[in-house]
Amino acid sequence: MNKPDTSKRQIVDGSRIMIEALARAGADAFIGYPITPANLLYSYSAQRIPIMLPAPDEITTLQWMSGLALAGHFPVTATSFPGFALMIESINMAYMMELPMVIILVQRLGPATGTATCGAQGDLLLLKGMMSGGHPTPVLCTSSFEDIWTLSAKAVEVAVKLRTPVILLTSKEEVMTQKSFDLSTLPEIKPVERKFYSSEEPYKPYKPVNYVPEFLSVEQNKHQVRITASTHNQAGILMNTDEEALANTRRLEEKVRHFLPEYTIFEHYQNQGASNLIVAFGVTAGAAKDAVTQLNKAGVPTDLLIPKTMIPTPEGYLSIMGQYEKVVIAEENMNNQFGELIFGLKKAPNQRFVGGLGKMITPQQIIKEVQS
Amino acid sequence: MTPLLNTSSLPFCKGCGHDLIAKNVAKVIDYLKINVFDTIAVTDIGCHGIIDKALNCHTVHGLHGRSTALAAGIRFGVLSPEKKIIVFVGDGGATIGLQHIMEAARLNLNLTVLVHNNFLYGMTGGQSSGLTPTGFATTTSTDGNPFTGYDLCAMSFAAGASYVARIVGIGDISKTIEKAITTNGFSLVEIMEICPSYGIKLNPKRKFTEIVEASGKPIGEWERNRAPFDFPKWKKTANLFDKLPKAETLKSTKLETPVSIVLSGSAGEGVQLAAGILTKAAMTEGLEITQKGSYPVTVGVGFSTAEINLSPSEIHFHGIDIPDYAVITSTDGLAHSRKRIEGMKSGVLFIDKSLPVPTTGAKIEQLDFRSIGARDSSLFAAFVFAKKTGIVSVDSILNVIINDGKADKLPLEKIKEALATV
Ligand SMILES: Cc1ncc(C[n+]2csc(CCOP(=O)(O)OP(=O)(O)O)c2C)c(N)n1
Ligand code: SF4
Repeated sequence: MNKPDTSKRQIVDGSRIMIEALARAGADAFIGYPITPANLLYSYSAQRIPIMLPAPDEITTLQWMSGLALAGHFPVTATSFPGFALMIESINMAYMMELPMVIILVQRLGPATGTATCGAQGDLLLLKGMMSGGHPTPVLCTSSFEDIWTLSAKAVEVAVKLRTPVILLTSKEEVMTQKSFDLSTLPEIKPVERKFYSSEEPYKPYKPVNYVPEFLSVEQNKHQVRITASTHNQAGILMNTDEEALANTRRLEEKVRHFLPEYTIFEHYQNQGASNLIVAFGVTAGAAKDAVTQLNKAGVPTDLLIPKTMIPTPEGYLSIMGQYEKVVIAEENMNNQFGELIFGLKKAPNQRFVGGLGKMITPQQIIKEVQS
Repeated sequence: MTPLLNTSSLPFCKGCGHDLIAKNVAKVIDYLKINVFDTIAVTDIGCHGIIDKALNCHTVHGLHGRSTALAAGIRFGVLSPEKKIIVFVGDGGATIGLQHIMEAARLNLNLTVLVHNNFLYGMTGGQSSGLTPTGFATTTSTDGNPFTGYDLCAMSFAAGASYVARIVGIGDISKTIEKAITTNGFSLVEIMEICPSYGIKLNPKRKFTEIVEASGKPIGEWERNRAPFDFPKWKKTANLFDKLPKAETLKSTKLETPVSIVLSGSAGEGVQLAAGILTKAAMTEGLEITQKGSYPVTVGVGFSTAEINLSPSEIHFHGIDIPDYAVITSTDGLAHSRKRIEGMKSGVLFIDKSLPVPTTGAKIEQLDFRSIGARDSSLFAAFVFAKKTGIVSVDSILNVIINDGKADKLPLEKIKEALATV
């Protein structure tokens, strides 16, 4: 990261940064369906992404994206819970077919239509469980403009490398609020390189090479490509529950977990002798940063963990959280979803929770819990 | 065996109408000498969909009902008409995925959709679909379907398809399939056929041709000359950051701690514009800013509120619960921000003098914001805020307006005059 230069600052929102980053990383198609608070992402895509098509609904969105992915493109969409809910079966399809793509989920207040104009962090456990079978889909969560930039590019990289849909998790305040920002501080993004199967041997679309099968577009006419969302063998033929087919399904989960170290991203700010840890992701990370600064200034040594790779959940988070006397998890929902992700129903003795519904969590709320 | 089919014994029940369709498609591909690897078969979920293992072309097998949408996505990525994209879908899939067929027809995407209409959901046990004719018995309507079926051909044609046909699945149907596959645009062929396992069993006394006739859906073909989908000539920017205006720091701020401001007024009275000018002016003094707008979904009426943070250092948390300053220019704005104003224990409330003053711990400044005219009241309020607080200088605001070329669009002289009396 370069040093910010106040003479170069511009007023910018996170949506703009996200779409520019995705475009630079190689996203060449965007399928859109309007929904607040993802609309800026849609309109910037119309200006920037080479192929931009308006879908008539979110099921179509994911199907069109999958078709484009089959033809070798890299598609992106942006939505919020109501649209995401419609996409889930098709995301399962893309996962099973092993199609690279990025789905941006901008969280807002639910349930259902809830309040379109209000932020929230209530979809984490939905993402954890959205795949039938519980197989993990990579979820990266942004918590600053820098993250929006680097994680967007990372999402493309992971999607291509693992041949999988990747969810880029964010929330209303992060993509709609305008801020002064020096864009020249952002590191360069290089287009993600795509490799296609090039051997003369007949192509087996689901034969793994280090967990991930090589990709081949249905546009070429050298080899037959068989793609299916049903349980299938390495040749891409529907096989019900035969051993090779089940091994293939197992591999889908294994590949996502195997490469996790390559996309485990978090920040852990440490101070001398801290016995308190604040854990916050996404929009709440901003409040947590302020809380940590104020607490340390007031002589209450406190550390901060900002998880960014949410799913699969890196085990490292658990060991970091185990090192502290008090762990305050702050997230904008009323049921401590991240806490449940880490500790399950058996609450850890050192675990505290600051929640929120319909309002951003403030630094003061977090400070109060640390000091209680 | 043909170039397309790797077996002559297809995976369907004996006598299933799906068999005829697959074999006729194979005949057409062979006859037209289309390279099988230039052919992409997109199959739906249903009995017809298990054909893909018998095909030598590219095969894509997705979800129930979504095959046409998936094929559409492929077509967006593969525009060359040399590449043939053929959708195999049942009447069940066509029912649940009706929208996708209409959309592909509307866009006239170069695809061929073959609807295997056996009047019921075969794979799941013979239930009624949206294409089941009235009176046809299924496992969910053993006395005969009480509802009418869609006229899928009429609907697809009305939506914009280049070629649509409804045929009876008996004998050689290759000519119609050939016509569809060679159409450069959206084509759909509804093939009426029968499922021996459920359709014949549940309608034992009826003849297939009589069922077709009784369906009331005409056999025939409909075509029009219409160019297939192509991408529009888009104007794209190469970089979304290029056009963003810069706000260079021209002088340094006196502000030492962050302040939060809520500017609340009415839609159409320039609240967001005024907030944008104020934040940009603050940036020219070296401050960091955040700004967000809130307004009802019907953006043209009701309140309009801007939340602004100004800080000499980086802003991490930008939420504003109780602001340091509230600037209220109208009744709508007051209603929207009343709770916050009442919660203020310190700070300053700048409020139009026509408005009732809520109970608040803030210092109260009543001003005549609206005298300048409702449209410019917010901008005037921003100037007043600057003059009264000194957090941002009046000159910086003026400079932003002039540098952004907005000077002749805003009543600056009038504002300056009114400001002199504040
Ligand atoms: C979303 C969804 N709903 C329901 C099903 C169950 N299902 C599988 S096949 C099928 C019906 C197939 O009927 P049709 O499309 O007419 O094809 P056929 O079996 O008659 O060839 C249904 C409803 C499913 N797979 N997915
Ligand atoms: S159940 Fe009916 S539709 Fe399915 S294969 Fe058998 S005859 Fe054909």
